Amino acid sequence: MSRLAVPKTYKLYIGGAFPRSESGRTYEVLRADGAFLANVAKASRKDARDAVVAARGAVSGWSGATSYNRGQVLYRIAELLEGRRAQFVAEIEEAEGASRAVASAQVDEAIDRWVWYAGWADKFAQVTGNANPVAGPYFNISVPEPTGVVAIIAPQDSSLVGFVSALAPALVAGNSAVIVASERYPLSAISLAEVLATSDVPGGVVNVLTGSPAEIAPWLASHSDVNALDLVGAGDLDWVSLEIDAADTLKRVLRPEGGADAAAPTLGRITAFTETKTVWHTKSLK
Amino acid sequence: MSGTSLVTARERALAVLGGEPDDQTLGRYLHGIPGVDAVGLEQRAAGLGTRSIKTSSKKWALDKIISLVDLTTLEGADTPGKVRSLVAKAMNPDPADPSTPRVAAVCVYGDMVPFAVDALGGAHGDPDDGLISVAAVATAFPSGRSSLEIKLADTAEAVAAGADEIDMVIDRGAFLAGRYGQVFDQISAVKDACRRADGTSASLKVILETGELVTYDNVRRASWLSILAGGDFIKTSTGKVSPAATLPVTLLMLEVVRDWHLATGHKVGVKPAGGIRASKDAIKYLVTVAETVGEDWLVPHLFRFGASSLLNDVLLQRQKMTTGHYSGPDYVTID
Repeated sequence: MSRLAVPKTYKLYIGGAFPRSESGRTYEVLRADGAFLANVAKASRKDARDAVVAARGAVSGWSGATSYNRGQVLYRIAELLEGRRAQFVAEIEEAEGASRAVASAQVDEAIDRWVWYAGWADKFAQVTGNANPVAGPYFNISVPEPTGVVAIIAPQDSSLVGFVSALAPALVAGNSAVIVASERYPLSAISLAEVLATSDVPGGVVNVLTGSPAEIAPWLASHSDVNALDLVGAGDLDWVSLEIDAADTLKRVLRPEGGADAAAPTLGRITAFTETKTVWHTKSLK
Repeated sequence: MSGTSLVTARERALAVLGGEPDDQTLGRYLHGIPGVDAVGLEQRAAGLGTRSIKTSSKKWALDKIISLVDLTTLEGADTPGKVRSLVAKAMNPDPADPSTPRVAAVCVYGDMVPFAVDALGGAHGDPDDGLISVAAVATAFPSGRSSLEIKLADTAEAVAAGADEIDMVIDRGAFLAGRYGQVFDQISAVKDACRRADGTSASLKVILETGELVTYDNVRRASWLSILAGGDFIKTSTGKVSPAATLPVTLLMLEVVRDWHLATGHKVGVKPAGGIRASKDAIKYLVTVAETVGEDWLVPHLFRFGASSLLNDVLLQRQKMTTGHYSGPDYVTID
C-alpha cells in the first residue's frame, strides 16, 4: 500500500520562533531537475522589520556573554550539525542535484568552518586587540567590540557552506544577525535554523529570512537600526544602490564576493563587524 | 477644560436612580443592568481589531493618536528633571519633524504638578486649543487605600498646584464588597474637591482598575457607578496592575458611555491606560471608538490614551512614513 507523503513547509526563523511570512506568501523551491521540492515562506519587508526588532533585542544578552561562553555555544552547534548530517546531505542532494559524495563534502566543510569560527570566539580579541604604548603611567588597551545588528545577504549559489560562512563570523564577536538565505537553495538555511532553535543560542541572535533578496535587501540596507551590512551574496543585485542606502546611516558594509571561494574563512570576516574600544587605566596606585 | 458641575450630575443621578444613592438603591440599579455577553464582546473587539488602516488613513491615525496621548510618568523614582524632560517631549515629540502634533496632556503624581506647570509655561492649557494640560493622579494612587480625608487633601493639593485633570482611583475593595454607596460618595466628594476658587473645576477621570474587578459585569457596573457619581472620564487602569487596558474592556466601557449619552445626552470620556505600546494596537482603539460612539468622540476631552512607551512607537511609524525607510530606537528619546 502506498503511503501519503507528508511534505514539510519551510517557515521563517524570527526571534526564536518559526512564523509564516506576515504577508502569507510562499514560493515553490524546485529540485535541480525542475520538479517540485518544497513550499518556502516568502518574507516581506515587514518580516525583515520584525527580524531587526528581534535582533536588536538579542544584542545585549549575546554580546554580554563572555567570549568563552559564546565559543562553547557556537561549538555546540557544530556538534548538533554533525548529529543531523544525514538530513543536510539529503537536502543538498535534492536541491542542488549533487551526488551524495559532493553533498557530504559540503556538509563536512560547513561543520569544519563552524568549528573554525567557534574556536576564534575567545581568541580573536587577543590577536586584534592591543596594549598601546602611551606617554604616561597608563595601560592603554584596545579591544574589539561587536558592531550590533548585522544584516547579511547569504551567498546565492550554495545551500549550506555559503550560509554558514556568512553567518558564523558575524556571531563570533557577539553581533546578532538577520540573514537572507539563498533564494534558490533555502532549505538548508531553515534546517540550520532548527538546529539553532534547539541549541543554546538565545532567540533573536540569528533570524533567517527566505524569499527574494532583491525585495528584502533595500529595506535592510536603509533600516536605521541595522548597524552593518554583509552583501557577500548580493552580487546579482544592484548592490551599489544598497551600499549608498547603507551610507545614510553609516553602516559598515562588506561587498559581494563571487566564485568558488566566496566567503572563505578569514579572521577579517570576524573583525569586519567589530568596533575598537580603547580604555585607559592607571598602571599603579603606589 | 472644565467638567460638569456637581449639582447637575447629582440631580441627573437621582433622576436615573429614582432615589438616594445608597447601597440598596445603587445595588438594585447596578444589578438590574443586563449581564455582559463575554464571548460576544471579545469577538466584537477582535473583529474591530482586524481592520486594515493604510497610507493616508494611517498617517491621520498616527497624528490623532499623538494628539490623544496623556504622556505619563508614574514612578517612585520620578524627579523634577524627569518631569521637565517629559514636558519637553510632550511639547515637541519629534524634534526632527516640527509638524508632529503635541500630546494632549502630561500625567504625573500630585507632587510633580508644580514642576510640570512650570515647565509647560505658555503651552499649559486646554488640549482642544492645541495646548497641553496637566493631569495628576490623586486619592492614594494606585491602591486607593487611605481615608477619605487624605484622598480629598491629595486632590485639593493637586488642583491648587495647577492640575487641570485629576485621575482618581475607586475603592475596589468597597466596590467588590458591594458598598456602592461608599464608592459613589467618594467619587462625588473628590469631584467636589476638584473645584477651584474661581468656580471652575478640574476634570475628573475615574480609574476603575479593571484588572482587579475580575468580571466584565463588574466593569459595566463600575462604569455606570462612576458616571452616575459625576466622573467626566472613565479610565481602565492605573498601569500598575496586570492586565491593564484591553480592547474588550475598553469596548465595554465605550458601550456604557454610548448608552449613557443616548439616555441623558451627556458625553463622558474614556481613557484606556497601561499596556498599549504599539501603534497597531492604538489604531485598533481608534477604530473601536469610531465604531462604538462615533468619530466625534476622537477629541482630547472625550478620549485619551494613558501611555508612555506608545508615543515612541508612533513616532517610529511616523518617521517610516515620512522618510520611506525603517527607523530605530536610536532616533527617539530614552524614557
